[in-house]
Amino acid sequence: MDRLLPLIVVVPLLGAAVLVAAGRHVPRPVAEAVAGLAAAASAALAAAALAGPPEVSWVGAWRPQDGHSVGIVLVGDRIGLGLAALTSLLVVAVLAYSWRYFDEPPHGHGGAFPALVLLFQGGMCGFALTGDLFDAFVFFELMGVVGYALTGYRVEEARPVQGALVFGFVNSLGGYATLLGIGLLYARTGELGMAQVGRELDQAADAAGHGADALVVAAFVLVLTGLLVKAAAVPFHFWLPDAHAVAPTPVCMLLSGVMVEMGGYGAARVWTTVFGGPGGVPAAGARRTLLVLGVGSALVGALMCWQQRHVKRLLAFSTVAHTGLFLTGIALLTPHGVAGTALYVLGHAGAKAALFACTGILLDRHGSVDECELHGKGRGIPFTGLLFAAGGLALAGLPPFGTSLGKALVEERSPWLPALFVLVSAVTGGAVLRVAARVFLGAGQAGREDDEGPETTGGEEEPETGRRVRRPPVPMVTVAALLLAGALAVGTVPALTGAVSAAAEAFTDHAGYAAAVLDGRPAGRPEGPYDWWTWTGAGLGLLSAALAVALAARSVGLESRAVPWSAPLRRLHSGHVGDYVAWTVAGIGLVSLLALW
Amino acid sequence: MSLLPYLIAGWVFLVGVHGIATSRNLIHAVGCLAVTQSSTYVLLLAVGYRKGATAPVFSDLPVDAPVVDPVVQALALTDVVVGATVTALLLALVVQTAKRHGTVDPDELSELKG
Repeated sequence: MDRLLPLIVVVPLLGAAVLVAAGRHVPRPVAEAVAGLAAAASAALAAAALAGPPEVSWVGAWRPQDGHSVGIVLVGDRIGLGLAALTSLLVVAVLAYSWRYFDEPPHGHGGAFPALVLLFQGGMCGFALTGDLFDAFVFFELMGVVGYALTGYRVEEARPVQGALVFGFVNSLGGYATLLGIGLLYARTGELGMAQVGRELDQAADAAGHGADALVVAAFVLVLTGLLVKAAAVPFHFWLPDAHAVAPTPVCMLLSGVMVEMGGYGAARVWTTVFGGPGGVPAAGARRTLLVLGVGSALVGALMCWQQRHVKRLLAFSTVAHTGLFLTGIALLTPHGVAGTALYVLGHAGAKAALFACTGILLDRHGSVDECELHGKGRGIPFTGLLFAAGGLALAGLPPFGTSLGKALVEERSPWLPALFVLVSAVTGGAVLRVAARVFLGAGQAGREDDEGPETTGGEEEPETGRRVRRPPVPMVTVAALLLAGALAVGTVPALTGAVSAAAEAFTDHAGYAAAVLDGRPAGRPEGPYDWWTWTGAGLGLLSAALAVALAARSVGLESRAVPWSAPLRRLHSGHVGDYVAWTVAGIGLVSLLALW
Repeated sequence: MSLLPYLIAGWVFLVGVHGIATSRNLIHAVGCLAVTQSSTYVLLLAVGYRKGATAPVFSDLPVDAPVVDPVVQALALTDVVVGATVTALLLALVVQTAKRHGTVDPDELSELKG
C-alpha cells in the first residue's frame, strides 16, 4: 500500500509531461481528457490511501537507521491525504469547468493550460504529503512558480502580467526566508525531515536543560514567514487580491480554494511536528503569533472585501478574511481547533470555488466583473444567480453548510471567538449577497464611481471564452452546483466529522508523528466521540446569515460602498511591488516580536 | 565556527530586499530578488563548511579524509535550479509588462489598487 503515496504526486506530473510533449500534436478534447484522467486518477489514489491504514513511504527504501535518515519521506496522515484528495477533486472540477474555456488556445499550445494545472496539482499534493522540510520548500516553489505562470496566463493583457509579477516577487521572497530557516534548522540538528528535526531539538533541549534558544526561534520565524505569505496573512497578504483579480477564473478557483489554505496547513504542520515539543518554540509564542495575524487578516479582509466593486477582487479579500479565521482556529493548537478548521476549509473550498465559477459565467456573458456595470444584467440567468446567492449564504455561515459546521466547532472554544467569527462571516457573506441582489435581481441603485479613494474597477475585461456566451454553458453551471452540493455535504455527513476529528487528534500529536515516521509505529486511532452540531453553533450560524442578509438589504439602496475611515488602509493596497516587499519584511519583524515577546 | 558567514548571509538578504523595495526598474528588481536568493546559498554552504576539508568526491581520496557536508551542496544546487526558474519566469513577465504597459517602472503600474 505504501507505494500509493508517491503515485498521488507522480501521476499528475507524468500527465503534465505527456501533455507538454504531445499537446501540440493532439486535438484539444484529447489533451483535456488526458488531463482530466490524470487528475481523477490522483484523486482516486488519495481516496484509496485514505480508506486504508496510515502509511509512511520512504522513497527508494532509504529507511531510517536508529532514527536518522537522509531519505525522502512521504507521510500519508489523514489531514495531509485529505488535503491532497480535496486538491485533486477541485482540479477535476476546474478541468471540467474549463471545457468551454479559452475557445481558441494559442496555435501549438493546446496542452499548455491543462499541463500547468496538472503541475500545480502535483506541487500541492506533494506539499500536503511530504514529511521533509526541504522537499516542502521545493513543492512550495513548484506550486508558486506554476501559480505565477497560471496567473499571468493571458499574457497579452496588461493586468494579468502585473498581478503575476507581484505574486511572483512576494511569494519567492517568502520562499527564500523559509529556506534560510530550514538551513538554520539543518545547522542545529543535521536533519531535514520534520520528525527527525523535532526529535533532535527535543533531545538537545533535554541535554541542555532548557527550551528553545535564539537560533530555534529565528528558524521558526523564518520558516513561518514563507508559509504565512502563502496563507496571505496580514501583512503578507497584499499579493493575493492583485493575483486573484487578474487570474483566469478556473485558476482563481484553485488559488482561493486550496493553495492559500496550504499555507495555513504548512504552518500548523511545521509547528506540531518540528516546534511543538519541549525543544521547540513555547506554545504561548506560537499561539500569540498565529492569533494576532489571524485576527488581523480576518478584520482587514472583511473591511476591504465590503468596499470592492470588482467581484473577483471582492471574493479575493473574502479569502483573506476566511484564511484569517482558519489561522485563528489553528492558533488554538488543539485537536478541536484543527478539526473545526479542517471542516471549515472543506466547506470554504466548495463555496468559494462555486462563487468564482458563477463570476466566470458573468464575465463570459457580459465581458465585465464590475458590480456597478453589471447592475440588473444577470436577470436572464436566474439559476446562476441562485447558486451565487447560495454561495454567499454558505460564506456567511448558514447551517447546514460545511463552513457553518467548521465555524461552530472552532468558535465554541473561547468566549470571544463567536463575536469575531459572526462579524467576519456576516460582512463577507453580506458583500456577496449585495452583489447577488444588484446583479441578478437588479435591486437598488447601480452604485457609482467612488471618490473616496483608490479602487479597481472590473469593466472592460476580456471574456475568457473567445467570444461572449449567451446562455451559461452547461459544464460551468453543473460544476458550480456540484461544488456547492459538496460544501453542503461537508456539514451534513456525520461520518466525515468523525473521521476529521480522529485525524485532527493524530495531527496535533507531536511525539506520535515522530514515532509513526521514524519508528514505524503508525498510531492507528479508533474514532472516539466527536462534536457535531449544537444548538448554540447552529444558532450563531443562523445569526451571522441573518446579519449578512440584513447588511446586504441595507446597502443595496446606498450609492457608495466606501467606509470613510478606511481610506488610508485602501491606499496601502497600492499594487506596487516595492511596497509589498517592504511590508513582507515588516511582517518578519512583527512575527519575531510576537514569537519572542 | 566563525559567525562571519552567517552575518554575510543576513546582510546579502537585506541588501537584496532593500534593492527590490526601492527599485525603479523591474529588471533591476528581478536582479535584486536573485541577490536575495544568493543569501540562501551563502548560508547553506557556510553550514556545511569544515576547516581543512576538501570536496566530497571520493574517487581520489582515502575514505576517512575530511570532507565538507555534501547534503547542503545538493540543497544549494536544487536552490539554484529553483532560482533560475523563478528568474526566467519573472523576466518573461517583465518583457510582457514592457509591451503591454509601455514601462518597466513599478511606480507607473497603477492598474490594481484599493
